[in-house]
Amino acid sequence: MAGVTLDTVRKIYAGNVEAVKGVSLGIEDGSFCVLVGPSGCGKSTLLRMIAGLETISGGEVKIGDRVVNQVEPADRDIAMVFQNYALYPHMSVYDNMAYGLKNRKTPKDEIEKRVKEAARILAIESFLARKPRQLSGGQRQRVAMGRAIVRKPQVFLFDEPLSNLDAKLRVQMRVEIKRLQRALGVTSIYVTHDQVEAMTLSDKLVVMSGGQIEQVGTPSEVYRRPETRFVATFIGSPPMNILPGTVEGPGRVSVGGQSIAVTDMREGLTPGSAIEVGLRPEDVQAGGTGASTLSMDVDFVEELGATQLFHGKVAGAEFIVQASTGQLPADTRKLTLAVDPANVHLFDPQTTKRLGRV
Amino acid sequence: MEKRAHISGWTLPLLLILPQMAITVIFFYWPASQAIWQSFLREDAFGLASEFVGFENYVALFEQPEYYRAMGTTAIFSSLVAFFSLAVALLLATQADKNIRGGHAFKTLLIWPYAVAPAIAGVLWMFMFHPTLGTLGRPLNVMGYNWNPMLDGKDAMILLVLSATWKHVSYNFLFFLAGLQAIPKSVIEAGAIDGAGPFRRFWTIIFPLLSPTTFFLLVVTIVYVFFETFGIIDAVTGGGPAGQTTTLVYKVYADGRLGGDLGGSAAQSVILMVIVIALTAIQFRYVERKVQY
Repeated sequence: MAGVTLDTVRKIYAGNVEAVKGVSLGIEDGSFCVLVGPSGCGKSTLLRMIAGLETISGGEVKIGDRVVNQVEPADRDIAMVFQNYALYPHMSVYDNMAYGLKNRKTPKDEIEKRVKEAARILAIESFLARKPRQLSGGQRQRVAMGRAIVRKPQVFLFDEPLSNLDAKLRVQMRVEIKRLQRALGVTSIYVTHDQVEAMTLSDKLVVMSGGQIEQVGTPSEVYRRPETRFVATFIGSPPMNILPGTVEGPGRVSVGGQSIAVTDMREGLTPGSAIEVGLRPEDVQAGGTGASTLSMDVDFVEELGATQLFHGKVAGAEFIVQASTGQLPADTRKLTLAVDPANVHLFDPQTTKRLGRV
Repeated sequence: MEKRAHISGWTLPLLLILPQMAITVIFFYWPASQAIWQSFLREDAFGLASEFVGFENYVALFEQPEYYRAMGTTAIFSSLVAFFSLAVALLLATQADKNIRGGHAFKTLLIWPYAVAPAIAGVLWMFMFHPTLGTLGRPLNVMGYNWNPMLDGKDAMILLVLSATWKHVSYNFLFFLAGLQAIPKSVIEAGAIDGAGPFRRFWTIIFPLLSPTTFFLLVVTIVYVFFETFGIIDAVTGGGPAGQTTTLVYKVYADGRLGGDLGGSAAQSVILMVIVIALTAIQFRYVERKVQY
């Protein structure tokens, strides 16, 4: 097994469109790395470059200690699971899984052993003789994973493998992928636009936007301490509220004339300068009291069962607060929000970068 | 919600299908039934009288060695044209499917021969391979190869296969290209990651997935060779030399129009009609069942 190292990898398409703008990233051996971002952020292109399905316009891709820029996909010792499964429609499930091994001249009894083993792990033993079109979406996805694991590759690549499944199956397969990866211990790179998948699956979370990496970290680091406003609003659901504010002094900002305390604040900011104040809907306490409070005008309430989402405005900006159901009457029109200074995120309005302690 | 127009009475529906029905009846059912009727008749040499002879025309046909020879010629001709026009079209389509510079021009140019009338295509090739005038036929003779499609049956057949193939490659190319583009790219990519080289990928993934297209084109091409190559044969060899390139459909013409044996000619048409109906039936059966994978 091997890690994957990217060194200022670029992809420039015809017409000078730069899809990936110099990405550097180290993925440790055996870890589960998720690339997440909105569509068109270059995450799939990056994955396809690692797979060898796209040429690399600049930089270096290493699998283990080997530079693979010029290596054919077949010789990179990787396996890939595609969004539309990409099963061979004319082959049985068994042949689909055996195809890669046959191409590598694996002995017949070894092929049979490995396919049977993979089928057992994935619980698809009873479908081995069937054709892909006779299987459901979830079963096809399992076959696609079986095709990847029989090869015993150094790296698994997943290109949005769950997007074609229904919501319930997606959760189930997500858990299975995680369990499988833990059991096999194979380095995995997983591309998704779904932040829940990204948070739950990854050891290492890479948030991308516009062909560049916005932030790399563990899921909780990225969630707790987003480095840019993009990451702050992309990770977390409902997204983080961003309010316009001004610097009052060390550890204090004001939002619409209401002063709140901040723990994580860059030193030396000029008082009176504009700043963006980020608050997660689940981090503010609706109806609370304390030293730092904000007042909110409620427009309407969304019921989610266990929780309620209050939509409204704070200091003229859109704001969402999450509260436990029953905590507040549904016809609440005005709310006081208690803000924990530790949960306030500050961003530079120009660069959108975090203005936390250095 | 059901959106269905209700038309009262039968007048309008009948009027709407009338043009189609009229064309089919006048140009297909009427001549076809005439052929069937004529195949049971024998006319005198001057076309003044005819008598009903039952299956005699058919019996006479199957006693003719020339008829069996025409069958053999047709079999050879159609298998050669089918093989080459499918193989060349597939090769060109796989190349055109790649993202190449000028791909559009390439595709457009490849479709042009399809617009050429069979007789014109025949004449074009006949001149190119004319033993004394042809830009390609003359050099062959100069180089010492005794090339003469007017005297040598084998040369004549080669020339026919060339022109018939050239004309039909366009059609097959279009369908193969559409078939190739319908194969999901990720399946091919999965094959590449699974360690199959381009050649192996083609034979184990692409070709099997194209098999419905290939089968369809095989039937269409055979029907083409059986019937539409008449113009080419008539222009290039006229069925000669010594009847060596007379196919079944050319024999219908030769016996009926040139030989004046309308009854025998009609009997041959009826047999051809049966063959084409059988081919079409087989094709529909397979296409509907989609048995390939």
